[in-house]
Amino acid sequence: MQDHIIELKNITKSYTEDTTAVENISLSIQRGEFVTLLGPSGCGKTTILRMIGGFETPTQGQILLDGKDISTLPPNERPVNTVFQKYALFPYLNIYDNVAFGLKLKKLPREVIHEKVRHALEVVDLEGFEKRRIHTLSGGQQQRIAIARAIVNEPEILLLDEPLGALDYKMRKEMQMELKQMHEELGITFLMVTHDQEEALTMSDKVVVMSNGHIQQIGTPEQIYDEPRNAFVADFIGESNIYNGVVTGERKAAFLGMEFDCVDVFPTGSRIQAVIRPEDVVIQENEAGKLTGTVLSSVFKGTFHEIAIAHDKDEIYAQYHKDIPAGTKVGITILPDSIHLMAFNERANHFEGIMDSDMRIRLVDGSVTMDPLKIFPDAVLRDGSLYDKKGEVLETDGMKVQFYFDPKLAQLSDEPDAGLFQGHITSLIYMGDHYSYVVHSKNDVAYFVYDEYLWNIGDFVSIVVPEEAMRASVVQK
Amino acid sequence: MFRRNKLCLPYVAFLILFVVLPLLVVLYYAFTNGQGQFTMRNFTDFFTNGRTIGTLFYSFVIALITTVCCLLLAYPTAYILARGGFTRSGVWMILLVTPMWINFTLRITAVKEVLSLLQGNLAFHPLFNTILCMVYDFLPFMILPIYNVITKLDDALPEAAADLGAKKIQVFWKVMIPMSMPGIISGVTMVFLPAMTNYVVLDMIYNSTYIMGSLIGSYFSTYDWNNGSMISMILLLIIFGITWITDRLTGEDASDRKGGLAA
Repeated sequence: MQDHIIELKNITKSYTEDTTAVENISLSIQRGEFVTLLGPSGCGKTTILRMIGGFETPTQGQILLDGKDISTLPPNERPVNTVFQKYALFPYLNIYDNVAFGLKLKKLPREVIHEKVRHALEVVDLEGFEKRRIHTLSGGQQQRIAIARAIVNEPEILLLDEPLGALDYKMRKEMQMELKQMHEELGITFLMVTHDQEEALTMSDKVVVMSNGHIQQIGTPEQIYDEPRNAFVADFIGESNIYNGVVTGERKAAFLGMEFDCVDVFPTGSRIQAVIRPEDVVIQENEAGKLTGTVLSSVFKGTFHEIAIAHDKDEIYAQYHKDIPAGTKVGITILPDSIHLMAFNERANHFEGIMDSDMRIRLVDGSVTMDPLKIFPDAVLRDGSLYDKKGEVLETDGMKVQFYFDPKLAQLSDEPDAGLFQGHITSLIYMGDHYSYVVHSKNDVAYFVYDEYLWNIGDFVSIVVPEEAMRASVVQK
Repeated sequence: MFRRNKLCLPYVAFLILFVVLPLLVVLYYAFTNGQGQFTMRNFTDFFTNGRTIGTLFYSFVIALITTVCCLLLAYPTAYILARGGFTRSGVWMILLVTPMWINFTLRITAVKEVLSLLQGNLAFHPLFNTILCMVYDFLPFMILPIYNVITKLDDALPEAAADLGAKKIQVFWKVMIPMSMPGIISGVTMVFLPAMTNYVVLDMIYNSTYIMGSLIGSYFSTYDWNNGSMISMILLLIIFGITWITDRLTGEDASDRKGGLAA
């Protein structure tokens, strides 16, 4: 049986009516695990941590600790301790009093407190620092004190909010290893928040990738890296080449204009996205290989050169041990097991709408007018009214329809009035010959648009949908 | 060649003329008699004269009550304004501080009128009226530094305390009070010391009891420069002592969390 120490059940947190930090999140964490919440800033990971710590209460849903609902319990009554992002040590107390803060509140005997503090300082390697004041310590030492102050209370779960964010690169590497070691020694469940994917992959037993208040994927570091479930995860965890394609047969898929053997199985004909890590793209300078391309650029990255190669309209990124001048023709081989196929998001750009009497489709973000004959292929239009096959007037008012537009044919514009919908770009993924954008409107509807031009995350744009990109069909009741 | 530090020369001249020289004059008068001969008489007189000691005590009590009242009024006000989630706490702050823009004798006159209307004769409650006017006069000086310190306080600190098991009331006593100590101390210094010498308030509301300021004034108005100077010297030493003690209280790490008006 699985021993879940903490369970989030359908947690939603909204600050105001239209700002939702996390939406309908469910997550279980096993006792003793090292779990990392990973995502870009503003994805809701810190909100989850704060709800478990008790600093925020969920708008909806339950937080279970050992099966008991603790959703509304104040922080001081939870067997959980937090290591804060900027440590939050008490500057007016010395090291000993900082670490002993929680124990003194519990009114433990002096000798017990003394012993526990000594042991906690030993764990973080700062024995003999008891009398020192906070501001005499370096960032790394303050970090250790913050950890000691939390673990001395023997919490069931240790929450770490970007614990290494304020440290320099070398210090961070060192602390990563030490934290992992501490986790093994203490046997406490660790839940860490970070935006650093490398940190998440190095330290955790389980990684929870988040974006926009939703969980994108939960898995071991290997699963997250080798088998990303969607383009967001693939793009966020390390560098990726992502191409749209279609499954052509048993373990075969077509993308980049040709057919590849691969290892993932999908029904023939289904649309997929193929992910190839740059380190898996094999370059052959003698133009041998399945593909050929022209080197566009080569950038030195320390341990390798990042080579951008043009193949038809697509770009392929590869890693190579030495520099290749731009303009050189090279061959490329991609082995079957380095191709990872992901199911294409079939639900994208499908929206529920209701028709009114003027045959407009009312959607969450506004109404759309389109040729009624495209919605009702069997109907006839006469004198501005629709007649069905039997010659009776078709009542469109109140009819439920499903509206779709093709992301390939839609475009982005910075003129707010130019397009059908307006919103902010929340995600951007390079797809070889175009960018795939996700635009979130103020009503929190997500639109997918492919555009060849580069926009920035956060840009306010409107989405221009030409009539030929629209499709709609009546939802059968 | 021009150096930037030459710009402070006017200030140095001002300092010498109006601070250092007068202090030396006061020092000279304090330790001489009317004939210009050195004497410790003025010093011993101060501590043997029941009237001067009584005045010192009375000033001390007035200053103490004023400070305590100011603190009790100012702390909750500043705390609520800074952490009560007010969207316009700045506006409230300005409303509290605007009385400072009006000349203080005008303000006291206004309070005086209200009080005489309520009490009939101001002479019935001299101590109460004195304290009331002092508190009214000095309250903004207490609110401002405390408010400044509390607004700058990192939210993570009270959260950390709660996380470690502190109840709301414990968070207040174990985190909020120690963290706002620099503001409290600047507030206390800015209220306590002036309150000991601000005899204009007492004069205006017909409180005939002397405080330190009025005592010095009374000696000077009878051309007794020597005794007046000695009292000024002693007051200066007391102020110096209090500042030194409060500085020690904030501890050696005061530099990295200095608050109040100094920040």
